[in-house]
Amino acid sequence: MNWLTNWSPSWQWFHRLGSPRWFYQTTGRWLPWLSLLALALLSTGLVWGLGFAPQDAKQGNSFRIIYLHVPASFLALAGYYIMAIAGAIGLIWKMKLSYMVMKSAAPIGAALTFLALFTGAIWGKPTWGTYWVWDARVTSMLILLFLYLGVLALQYAFHSNEAGNRASAILALVGTVNIPIIYKSVDWWYTLHQPATIKLTSAPSMHSDMFQPLLVMILGFYCFYTVALFLFTRAEILRRERKSTWVKELVIGAQH
Amino acid sequence: MASGFSDYLRRDLLLAYRRRGEAASPLVFFIMVSTLIPLGISPESARLAEIASGIIWVMALLATLLSTDGLFASDYQDGSLEQLLISPQMLAMPVLGKITAHWMVTGLPLTLASPLLGVMLSLPEEGYVPMVVSLALGTGCLSLIGAVGAALTVSLRKGGLLLSLLVMPLYMPVIIFGSATVQSAIDGFAWSGPLAILGAMLAAAIALCPLAAAGGLRLTSIN
Repeated sequence: MNWLTNWSPSWQWFHRLGSPRWFYQTTGRWLPWLSLLALALLSTGLVWGLGFAPQDAKQGNSFRIIYLHVPASFLALAGYYIMAIAGAIGLIWKMKLSYMVMKSAAPIGAALTFLALFTGAIWGKPTWGTYWVWDARVTSMLILLFLYLGVLALQYAFHSNEAGNRASAILALVGTVNIPIIYKSVDWWYTLHQPATIKLTSAPSMHSDMFQPLLVMILGFYCFYTVALFLFTRAEILRRERKSTWVKELVIGAQH
Repeated sequence: MASGFSDYLRRDLLLAYRRRGEAASPLVFFIMVSTLIPLGISPESARLAEIASGIIWVMALLATLLSTDGLFASDYQDGSLEQLLISPQMLAMPVLGKITAHWMVTGLPLTLASPLLGVMLSLPEEGYVPMVVSLALGTGCLSLIGAVGAALTVSLRKGGLLLSLLVMPLYMPVIIFGSATVQSAIDGFAWSGPLAILGAMLAAAIALCPLAAAGGLRLTSIN
């Protein structure tokens, strides 16, 4: 029967990708390098950004929280799309691996969204004079957090993995349609009442001495996100595939 | 394509007519909770007038949310949902029929009762027409979005609270544009803009939500 699985080498990678075992072994080889890269980028970016980048003319040193705030917000948004796309792949091709990726992306995304909101609140106190503003961006990030929590809650509410997977994939996809609407609606909601007094998007472009460490931090956060996603997914693979022989052999081998 | 839409619309309306007391409770909730606002905040008409449009919209949202829980629940319990799932027709059309019946039983009475609440909360005169029109479109959106949540949670034992957690973030754009319609009319601006967006959201929801709800209902067979 070997010819049946090997008949088209161009599609082999796609079928392999669906195999939890292949994913587990491959990411096991990548993880050390990726973790090192993430660690190097994050520590370089942090030391550079916090220690050596020039002070902001108006905000002094308080602007330095940008080096955590902006990368966290980036990944919080990108993570939602990763989760939703993984859910869609699961619904269309019925791949169990992509459901595991979707389930793993939810807690990481929720944590990053919380981090973005939290650092934003800390930054808001010295610059805006208050921890919380019902600003368009802040509100839409809060709604993003609620969407993540909904996907998480739905996943755990079902007894069977299969039903939980499909339910949270549908919810994630409905949320994807909603994210641009929420973003725009909140934007317009506030322009009705107060013209933008604080707008992060139209801030004057940063000086390159400030921007370069930020870029390093964003890259570092992407690497860190990938490492975290791999680790969560690998744990999920072991949990769901615990009855298969290769997992049993792996666990027994680890004990000896 | 339209097979099942009118059948299920008629069936659910008939069921609601036979359980009139149950069907009236969202409306009673809507009116009773709104009377808490003057008691809790202030009975002064000047202060109430400022927040009236927002209060009425929030109450309409909560009343709809409370009733979406039961949208598929009785069908799930008596097994008629299973009959629907194995029938050959496209599942989205009967689902759209059920949602339409739900709107006619909850959203429409709320819309028609809203001027009464407007009087009680001293809503400024310019706000009445925009409020009724925006509620008519907006409660339709709320029923459609709520149906997705109800379909996803119908097979769970304690689905009611989870349903509100899932659906609430999706409701937020509707309430933003709904209350913006009323508020801009009160402030003397053109209110057709936010209303048009509310209409666009309703059109998109009619097209997409029955499909998502049908996908959610198919889960009941595997949980």
